Amino acid sequence: MIEVTNLHKSFGDAHILKGLTTTFEKGKTNLIIGQSGSGKTVFLKCLLGLHDHDEGTISFDGRISSDLSIEEKRQLRTEIGMVFQGSALYDFLSVEDNVMFPLKMFTKQPHDEMLHRVNEVLDRVNLTGSNAKFPAELSGGMKKRVAIARAIVMNPKYLFCDEPNSGLDPHTATVIDNLIQEITKEYEMITIVNSHDMNSVMEIGEKIVFLKDGHKEWEGTNKEMVVTDNESIVNFVYSSNLFKKVREIYLKESKL
Amino acid sequence: MNYLEHIGKYFLMLKQVFKRPQRGKVFREVLFREIEDLGLKSLGIIMFIAFFIGGVVAIQTALSVDSPFIPKYLIGFATKRSMILEFGPTFTSVILAGKVGSYIASSIGTMRVTEQIDALEVMGVNSLNYLVLPKIIATIFFYPLLGLIAMFLGIFGGWAAGVLTDLFYSVDYIDGIRLEFDPFYIQYALIKIVVFAFVIATIPAYHGYYVKGGSLEVGRASTQAVVWTSVTIITLNYFLTQMLLG
Repeated sequence: MIEVTNLHKSFGDAHILKGLTTTFEKGKTNLIIGQSGSGKTVFLKCLLGLHDHDEGTISFDGRISSDLSIEEKRQLRTEIGMVFQGSALYDFLSVEDNVMFPLKMFTKQPHDEMLHRVNEVLDRVNLTGSNAKFPAELSGGMKKRVAIARAIVMNPKYLFCDEPNSGLDPHTATVIDNLIQEITKEYEMITIVNSHDMNSVMEIGEKIVFLKDGHKEWEGTNKEMVVTDNESIVNFVYSSNLFKKVREIYLKESKL
Repeated sequence: MNYLEHIGKYFLMLKQVFKRPQRGKVFREVLFREIEDLGLKSLGIIMFIAFFIGGVVAIQTALSVDSPFIPKYLIGFATKRSMILEFGPTFTSVILAGKVGSYIASSIGTMRVTEQIDALEVMGVNSLNYLVLPKIIATIFFYPLLGLIAMFLGIFGGWAAGVLTDLFYSVDYIDGIRLEFDPFYIQYALIKIVVFAFVIATIPAYHGYYVKGGSLEVGRASTQAVVWTSVTIITLNYFLTQMLLG
């Protein structure tokens, strides 16, 4: 479990995170949502250790990140997989070398064993036979799938995804969502997804944390989100007429 | 940010760079890639420029010494001195600062703005050590070779220019090359090249690594990297000359 307690983060005079407290459980797809500027990315970067938080604690299965030694932090990072918004694949490496990179850096496995594992995860994300391609030759959806393969190749305990659907067509976005949810169950990971995509929120949000101005405004499941009367979340999630109508119909049907 | 802050940040960067590589095998792979990108791919342009600059220096010297009282072997002597003392180490390094410096700053800067550096950090990789140390080793070991090739080709270019234009005799030029040959000048040139190679690898890396924004800022960082690398090379050239020859 990842437990966040009273997390604060400021940049100069700008107080971005104002006392966030929440938990993320194993085997669940957790979503962080909120308007632009609400502190989602800063929160994710604090969880990842890319930003040092000013106050509060982040505990990874009992290990408080700020209390860890450099070696313990390095060990913790090998247990983390990350899918970046722009995929962040290394341009100078082929798909195979991109996915193999964490294995080369952190294990002493023979090459054949590493290659076997790389092919296994590439099969899992439906990219069999793409080993020799370079990132520039891949579509947006394929890049995301390679990024997911690279993130899970070390069997991580924690998977973080920053806007995994940005720039993808609705069908590919759904494929990526389902893939994330499936591998979360398969690998029994704690998955945290930072998303703007309401389709993803409704589809895979087993736990949703809604941030507003650096505060946790609301948290619950995707089903609870449909029936909540929290004004901020209703205005954010159901901002389009289509979503409003869908919600009305859903609420009517549930009453019947 | 003021200049002192930049200098402090640059040295803090170097502290992270000079750590033991996390995986020797990965380090060697990156090192060979860098030798190819930063060294071998610069060989052609350096050879081309060195040959023609050597020719130009010899022709200009020959045209300047038209007095019958000045011996013709001075053309070879002057060309050799120019090539060994300045062209081989300094001029070559300024060319490399433009070619390689902009490549280093833009490639690392692009990695920064496309979150590839964050991806390394999240994995637990020391990104500065992984990205910059192989560049330093590659340039420090390869650029002295480039400098020596430039010196040789420059002197050869001078001889070829004389032979082709009939401005001086081959035998005079060769006498000039042999005259007062001091091996310390080669040492002096190599010391300068090693120092400049370090500057060429690290200053552009600093500008690329700490870039913020998008592609426009990467372009700006690349330009700044070339300017500051050239300024540093020219300044260090003065002090090194004063220390080693003064």
